[in-house]
Amino acid sequence: MTDTAALLTRRTLAGLAAAAAFAGTVRAQGKGTPLRVGLMLPYSGTFAQLGENITTAFELHLAERGGQLGGRPVTIIKLDDQSDPAAAPQNVNRLLARDKADVLVGTVHSGVVMALVQAAREKGVPLIIPNAGNVAAARELCSESVFRTSFSNWQPAYGMGLALAKTGVKKAAWITWDYAAGKESGEGFRDGLKAGGAELTQLLTLPFPETNFQPLLAQVPGLGVQAVGAFFAGGGAVQFVRDYAAAGLRDKFPLCGSGFLTEGTLAAQGAAAEGIRTALHYADGLDNPRNIAFRKAFREKAGRDADVYAVQGYDAAQLLAVGVDAVKGDMDADKQLFAAMRAARIDSPRGAFTLSAGHNPIQNIYLREAKSGENRMIGIAAEALADPGTGCKLT
Amino acid sequence: MLIAGRAGHLALAALALALACMPLFASPYYIGFASSALVAALFALSLQLLVGGGGMVSLGHAAFFGVGAYAVWWLTSASPTAIVATLAAAAFAGGIAALGVGALALRTKGFFFLMTTLAFGQMLFFVFHDTKLGGGADGVFITRPDFGMFGLVWDIPRRQRPAVLLWLNLGMLVAMYAGIAVLFRTLFGRALLGIRANEHRMRALGMPTHWYKLAAFTLAGALAGIAGHQWAMTEAFVSPELLGWHRSALALLAIVLGGAGWLHGPIIGALAFAALGEAAGLVTERQHLVEGAVILLVVLAFPRGLGALRR
Amino acid sequence: MTAAALLVQILNGLQYGLLLFLISSGLTLIFGVLGVINLAHGSLFMVGAYVTFMVANAGFGLWLAIPLALIGGTALGVLLERFLFRRFYHRAHLDQVLLTFALILLFEEGRSAIAGNDFHSVAIPAFLDVPVPIAAGFAYSAYRLAVLAACLVVAMLMFATIERTRAGAAIRAAAEKPEMVDLLGMDARRVHMLVFGAGTALAMLGGALAAPLYSVYPNMGDGFLIVSFVVVVVGGLGSVAGAFWAALLVGLVDTLSKVFMPVGAGAAIYVLMAAVLLWRPAGLFAAARA
Repeated sequence: MTDTAALLTRRTLAGLAAAAAFAGTVRAQGKGTPLRVGLMLPYSGTFAQLGENITTAFELHLAERGGQLGGRPVTIIKLDDQSDPAAAPQNVNRLLARDKADVLVGTVHSGVVMALVQAAREKGVPLIIPNAGNVAAARELCSESVFRTSFSNWQPAYGMGLALAKTGVKKAAWITWDYAAGKESGEGFRDGLKAGGAELTQLLTLPFPETNFQPLLAQVPGLGVQAVGAFFAGGGAVQFVRDYAAAGLRDKFPLCGSGFLTEGTLAAQGAAAEGIRTALHYADGLDNPRNIAFRKAFREKAGRDADVYAVQGYDAAQLLAVGVDAVKGDMDADKQLFAAMRAARIDSPRGAFTLSAGHNPIQNIYLREAKSGENRMIGIAAEALADPGTGCKLT
Repeated sequence: MLIAGRAGHLALAALALALACMPLFASPYYIGFASSALVAALFALSLQLLVGGGGMVSLGHAAFFGVGAYAVWWLTSASPTAIVATLAAAAFAGGIAALGVGALALRTKGFFFLMTTLAFGQMLFFVFHDTKLGGGADGVFITRPDFGMFGLVWDIPRRQRPAVLLWLNLGMLVAMYAGIAVLFRTLFGRALLGIRANEHRMRALGMPTHWYKLAAFTLAGALAGIAGHQWAMTEAFVSPELLGWHRSALALLAIVLGGAGWLHGPIIGALAFAALGEAAGLVTERQHLVEGAVILLVVLAFPRGLGALRR
Repeated sequence: MTAAALLVQILNGLQYGLLLFLISSGLTLIFGVLGVINLAHGSLFMVGAYVTFMVANAGFGLWLAIPLALIGGTALGVLLERFLFRRFYHRAHLDQVLLTFALILLFEEGRSAIAGNDFHSVAIPAFLDVPVPIAAGFAYSAYRLAVLAACLVVAMLMFATIERTRAGAAIRAAAEKPEMVDLLGMDARRVHMLVFGAGTALAMLGGALAAPLYSVYPNMGDGFLIVSFVVVVVGGLGSVAGAFWAALLVGLVDTLSKVFMPVGAGAAIYVLMAAVLLWRPAGLFAAARA
C-alpha cells in the first residue's frame, strides 16, 4: 500500500474503531498484502522472559508454515507493554490505529490484558490471549472475538484442590497475593477441594508483589489445617517456597499449589522445593511425539528449553492459523473466522484441546511433583477440565 | 507567579488553535496522543496553583487526580451518567480528599510537607489498590459519561469521538488556565502569592495563612480531580497507578521544564515532555534513560526552564 | 493466637524495623546535615541489593557482598555529593526533587541494562540457612536472627560514632550550627562528603542484607523509600535516635496490623503517621534535638 492510500484511509475514517476495522478491508482485497499481527507482550520488566518465549514459539509455528497464513505473508509487529496497566489503553491504540494490526496477540499481565479484551470487544478485532488467566475473559467478558490458548486462573488450582482432597486432606489454607490471579486461583482451589469433599478454611493474602511472607507463615501452625496451597509466580514463588521451608513448616503442612509456584523457578528454589506437588496444564517430560518434536525445534531456534509459556505462544499461532486458513486470508469474513477458531481442535504439545463456550481451552490438568529440578508428571489431577464460564452468553 | 503578557497570550492562543485543528490533518493516533498530553497539562496546571501560587511543593497531588478519575467509575458503573454530574463529582471528590490530606499535611512545612504529602498520597494509592473502593489492583474499564444535560443526550458517532475528546480537553485547559489567572487577581490570589514570598510577614499582618493555604490545597485538589475526570473520559480506564507519586513528580517536572515562574509553564512543559517521550519511544527502548537525562540536564543547565531560553 | 506465635510476629516486626532503620537513618542524617532531600535513597538500597545478587551470581557470598556494599557505597556517595548534590544545597526544593527523581530513573535504567528486569532471589549463606526453633511449633530462620543482630550492631556503632568521636562532634555541629564546624577546625565540605558517603553506605548495606530476605526486583527501592519517609516523619527530621525508635515502631505496627487486621493493613503505618502529625507535627523525637 502506498503512503497516499494510507493517508486517505486515515482521513476518510477518522475514528479509531473505523480505522481498525477498515485496515482489514483494504488489505484483504489484495491477496498478497501481508497479514499484520500485533504482538503486545512484555519485553522488559518482570515478565520479559515470558514474553520472549511466547514470541519465539509463535514465530516458530509461523516459520513451520513458511511464514504464511491463509495464503498471505505475515508481518509481525511487536510492542512492549512493560506489564503496565496504566499505559495499556494507549499501547493497544498504538497497535490498532498507528500500526494497523489485523489481529492482536497478548499478553502476560492480567491487568494489561483487560485493555486488549476491551478493544477486541469494542472493535471486533480478533484477540488471542497466550497467557493472562483472568477468569472474566472466559466468563462475563467473553466475546466472539476473544480467544485464549493458555488457561483460566481457576483451572490449575481447581485440579490441585481436587487432587489434594483425594489424598485424604479435609482442611486446607490458600496463601496468595491480593490480586485478581491470586484470588481467582483461590476460588478454583476452594471449588476443587469441595468437589473432593474437603474444605478451604482460610485465605491468607498479602499485597502484590510484596515478599514479606513472615507474618503470614507464622499463622500457619495455628490454623488447624492439614495442608497449604499457594499461588505465587516468578521470584515471589522462589522466595515463598524457600521461606516456607526455612520456617520449618514443610514437614508438618505439605505445600502444594498452582503450577506456577514451581514453574521455571526450581533451580533457584533448590532443595526447598523438593517434593512439592503442583497442578498445571503442562508438565516436564510429557511423553507425546508432538511435545518431543516441539521441544527439539524450540531448543534449536532459541537455544534454551521450552516451557509452558512457549507452548501457549505456539498454540496461539496454531489457533490463528486455523482461523485464517478457513477464510483464506480474508479477515473481513470475521463470522467464519471466529466460527472456525471456536471449533478448532489444537494439536498442542500439552495434548490436544478444544475450546469451551467462553473460548478457553478444555484441557487436562496434570499433577506434578518437583524432583531434582523438574516438575515430573505423576498423574492427571483433572481430566478435560473446562472453566465453568459462569456469565458467558456464548455457546 | 507571572502571567503571560499580550504577546504570550497570542502565542498560547495560536498553540490552542493548532491543537484544535488537529482533526483536520492528523491521524486518529496522534489526535489521541494530543488528548492524553492535554490531560497531563491539565494536571500539571492544577499543581502549579500550589507550587507557583503558595510555594507548596507536593508529591501527593496525583492522589487527587486518581480520586477524580475513580469518581467517574463510581458513578458510571451503576448506570449511564451525564458528564455534568461526573465532572462535579470528580471535582468534589478530589477536593474532599485534598481537604483531608491538607488539614494534616499543612501542619508541616518544606521538606516535611513534601514527605508527608508523598506518604499520604501513597496511602490513598494503597486504599485504591487493596480495597473494594478501587475495583481491583489491575484497574477497571469504564463507560464514558454521556454528553448530556437536562436529559438531552448528544450521541457522538464513534469515529468523531477522538476529535470531540481533544476539543473537550482543550476547552477544559483553556477554562482552567483562565480561571487560575483570574484567581490571582483577586485578594485571595494575592494573599497566596504573599504567603509564598514571606509567610511570617503575612501572618504578622494578621492573615490566617494556614486557612489560605488549606483553601488553595483543597482547590488544587478539586482541579486535579477535574484533570483526573478528563483522564477517565479520554482513556475509559482507571487503575491505582493513577495515584502513584511518579505522576506527581512528572507534573513537577512539567512545571520546571516550562518555567516554574509562569502560569503557562506547566502547559508548555507537559506538552513538551509528552512529545519528548513519544519521540524517545520511536528511537530507543530505553525511554526512561532519555527522560532521566533530560530532567538532569534541565535542573543542571536550565534551572529556569524552557521559558528562560526565550528571554 | 498463642504467645509463641506472637513472639515470632514481634521478631518479624523488629527485624523489618531494624532494616528500615538502616535506610532511614541515612536519609535523616543527610537531611539534617546537608539540608537536601534524597528521593534516590531508595535506589541506593536497590543498588546494594543488586550488588549482592551479582556477587552471588559470580559465585561469592555475603561475606564479599557486605564489604563491597560498604566500600562501594561510601565511594558512590562521595562521588554523588562531590559532583551533583553539592551544587544543590542552596537551590529550591523543587530542583532537589527533580534532581533526585532523575537519579531514580537513571539508576533504574542502569539496573535494567546491567542486571536485566527479572525478579531474582539470592541464596542465604549456607551456615545461616537453618531453622532455629524458638517456640513450640515454629522455627525462625537463623539468617533473620543474624540480620537482627547485625542491624543492632550497626545502630550501636552509629550512636557511638556520633556521640563519642571527633567526626561525630563535627556532624552534630554541622547539623545544628554550621559555623561551629570551622571552629572545630574541620573542613565543612569534608564533613558533607563523609555524611553523604556514610548515608549511602548504610542504604547499600541495608540492600545487601535485605536481598536474601526479599529477593531483588525492579523498583524495589520505591516501597522502602516511602516507608522510610514515614519513619523519618514519625521520628523527627534529622534525628538519628528518632529514626531508630520510629523504625522499630513502624516495623511492629506494619507486621502486627497484617496479622490482626489483614484488610487494609497497608494503610496502618500511614494512620500512625497521621496520628503523630496531629499530636506532634515535628515528629516524636524532634524536641530531643532542639
